[in-house]
Amino acid sequence: MDWTTIFVTTVEAAIGLETVVYALAAIGINIQFGYTGLLNFGQAAFLGVAAYGLAVTVATFGLPFWLGIVIGLIATVILAFLLGIPTLQLRADYLAIVTIAAAEIVRLVFRSVAFKDVFGGSDGRQGFSDGFYALNPFPRGEYGIGPIGFNERVLWILVVGWILIVLACLLVYLLMKSPWGRVLKAIREDEDAVRSLGKSVFSYKMQSLVLGGVIGCLGGFVYALGNASVQPDVFGTELTFYAYTIVILGGAARVLGPVLGAAIFWVLLVFIGNTLSELVAAGYITFMTTTQVGPVRFMLVGLGLVLLLIFRPQGIFGDKREIAIDAR
Amino acid sequence: MRRAVIAFTAFLGGLIFLLAAGPTTAWAEGEGLKGTLKFQGQPVNGVKIAVAAENGDPVGEATSNAQGEWTISVPEAGKYQVTLDTSTLPPGVQVRDGNNKRTPTVYESNVSNVLFALVPSGQGGKETGATPAPTEPSMWGRAPQLIFEGINLGLVIALAAMGLSLIFGTTGLTNFAHGELVTLGALLAYMVNVGFGLGVIPAAFIAVILGGILGYLQDRLFWGWLRNRGSGLIAMMIISIGVALFLRFLFLFLFGGETEQYTEYNAQPGIQVGPIIAAPKNFIVMAIELAVLIFVGIALLKTRTGKAARAVADNPALAASSGINVDQVIRIIWTAGGALAALAGVMLALSQSLKYTMGQEILLLIFAGVVLGGLGTAFGALVGSLVVGLFVQVSTLWIPPELKSVGALGVLIIVLLFRPQGILGRRERIG
Repeated sequence: MDWTTIFVTTVEAAIGLETVVYALAAIGINIQFGYTGLLNFGQAAFLGVAAYGLAVTVATFGLPFWLGIVIGLIATVILAFLLGIPTLQLRADYLAIVTIAAAEIVRLVFRSVAFKDVFGGSDGRQGFSDGFYALNPFPRGEYGIGPIGFNERVLWILVVGWILIVLACLLVYLLMKSPWGRVLKAIREDEDAVRSLGKSVFSYKMQSLVLGGVIGCLGGFVYALGNASVQPDVFGTELTFYAYTIVILGGAARVLGPVLGAAIFWVLLVFIGNTLSELVAAGYITFMTTTQVGPVRFMLVGLGLVLLLIFRPQGIFGDKREIAIDAR
Repeated sequence: MRRAVIAFTAFLGGLIFLLAAGPTTAWAEGEGLKGTLKFQGQPVNGVKIAVAAENGDPVGEATSNAQGEWTISVPEAGKYQVTLDTSTLPPGVQVRDGNNKRTPTVYESNVSNVLFALVPSGQGGKETGATPAPTEPSMWGRAPQLIFEGINLGLVIALAAMGLSLIFGTTGLTNFAHGELVTLGALLAYMVNVGFGLGVIPAAFIAVILGGILGYLQDRLFWGWLRNRGSGLIAMMIISIGVALFLRFLFLFLFGGETEQYTEYNAQPGIQVGPIIAAPKNFIVMAIELAVLIFVGIALLKTRTGKAARAVADNPALAASSGINVDQVIRIIWTAGGALAALAGVMLALSQSLKYTMGQEILLLIFAGVVLGGLGTAFGALVGSLVVGLFVQVSTLWIPPELKSVGALGVLIIVLLFRPQGILGRRERIG
């Protein structure tokens, strides 16, 4: 049993790339679902559209990196409007089905052979991140404390990612303290009451959808740049579902809930995966093989989601009075 | 330090690979090349494939297995030369355009697919160039075949959709785990068929019965308990996602990520009926599906329980006040829904193949069928599913086959926007 490796990978998972990507996706969902009560099951599409917006602009058309970011953001906002204008009047379960279907459409188009010249088919796109790493202020080398460390590329993307998370959290904190944020929460509690006060519920919901989508799309950028590649199947429905698990784990309608949820989610996932692998490799567990460790971890995700919603729907840090899941 | 970094990178790489490469290749280690050799829809085994590095150094060799699949792992990302040994091809088969070399690029932690299209000798040879294969029928020549396949798909969807729709109608639950019930049926039949060596037909019967029992138990022990606790509908919807994830990865754990087939009725030669060519099993599968659907339809219309089920689906409170035991009706619907979903799974596995994601893949089409027909209506789900199945297959006349689901999902969205109550639903259902 190599406890040092398990410990190191677990600690690194707490601040690693996956945590950053999922934290940003979950902060977006928290605005939509936690504060506004919108059941957007298409968050993966927002990350995908942003990542592909960047990748296609740079890799396919050879345009500069910053333009790629701008186009990714514009594509995300357009997607939010396309998705929101027709669907925000539907009730919760219809909204969920429409958004999940839309996200699948986006993924299928990205991976289709018909658009292989643009999106690269199921292999996706590579070679668009040089512009980002050219801005890297860290000189070549390893950085870290003791055995925990990253090279200069990983450190750079993590620093950028965590700055984005801090800014996003700050924004959410300020917005939710403002009158605007109180209207969102009021919509979650009782849409008709808000309407009767003369507020345009549709307009507020749309703003919430766009804001959540844009924050989520930052996660798409971080994913694409951190891996220096994009593939369509990354942006499947499971990404959205894991992000929902993270929001509920951390506590919906809490500013730091999604961030802590993402860190706990990946720490648990990595720790359980590594420990099980080691136990299997060392012969302590005989009823499964190392390749079966992967599914076991995700079975636990599903089980955890079920148990959380039944026994502690407010998650670890949430407030039971502030959750939208008992509506209707 | 360095070791830790390597371990971490390898782990992250593995994670990303796991999320990125999706189920098919998720359990292969590191970089590699793979492919499936098929000739006229049937797998070709015993064909030698050799891989060499860009500078010509040999890397590995593989022989395609009974499913026509081959895999070669390579040491690192980069460009490789893949050569198919044409002398090992069965007689009368050749690679299209006579080109038996490919030079794919393997990316980090990625298994690249290498395609070799196999054609009959003397066809698609070097001389044919741009002319299409002579057997390719015209667009309207293909229409009857596609309509046939569309009805085939539509009937499978309908089996699953009826249960889903009635469960929604009676309990308000949008069950995202219904796709997993479809997979469950297919895998139970596989277990009985391969594990206990029974024929496919008894295996299918056992799977359907087990599916029904598990549907009953699911409601008895889980969903019914949640309803009594007063869980909200949105909470239950997200719980069903958790259940779906749990079951999907449980299937992966138990069954593995491979595509499998039952022991019988696999490679049947097609027979020609009018303009349609299909394996005989497809006709039998469709006949069974149709018979079951008609049976369920008559049961819903004529029996007391069926009438009670429709009444509860229409308005649970009113049904309860007129003396119907709502809980019992819901149990019956869950039992029937589980059994129908299991049957759909077996039928789908018979006409295609088994995989732990098969239910997940048609879940959105099931939703499309249910929504198109009107959420909560049994016959609406039937009509809607047939329309979706037909639409998916027939739309390949105009759009590339890989995008056929896009069309169906697009229709789903448009229906929800303009007629959210569906074809047979009533206006007041929408919220």
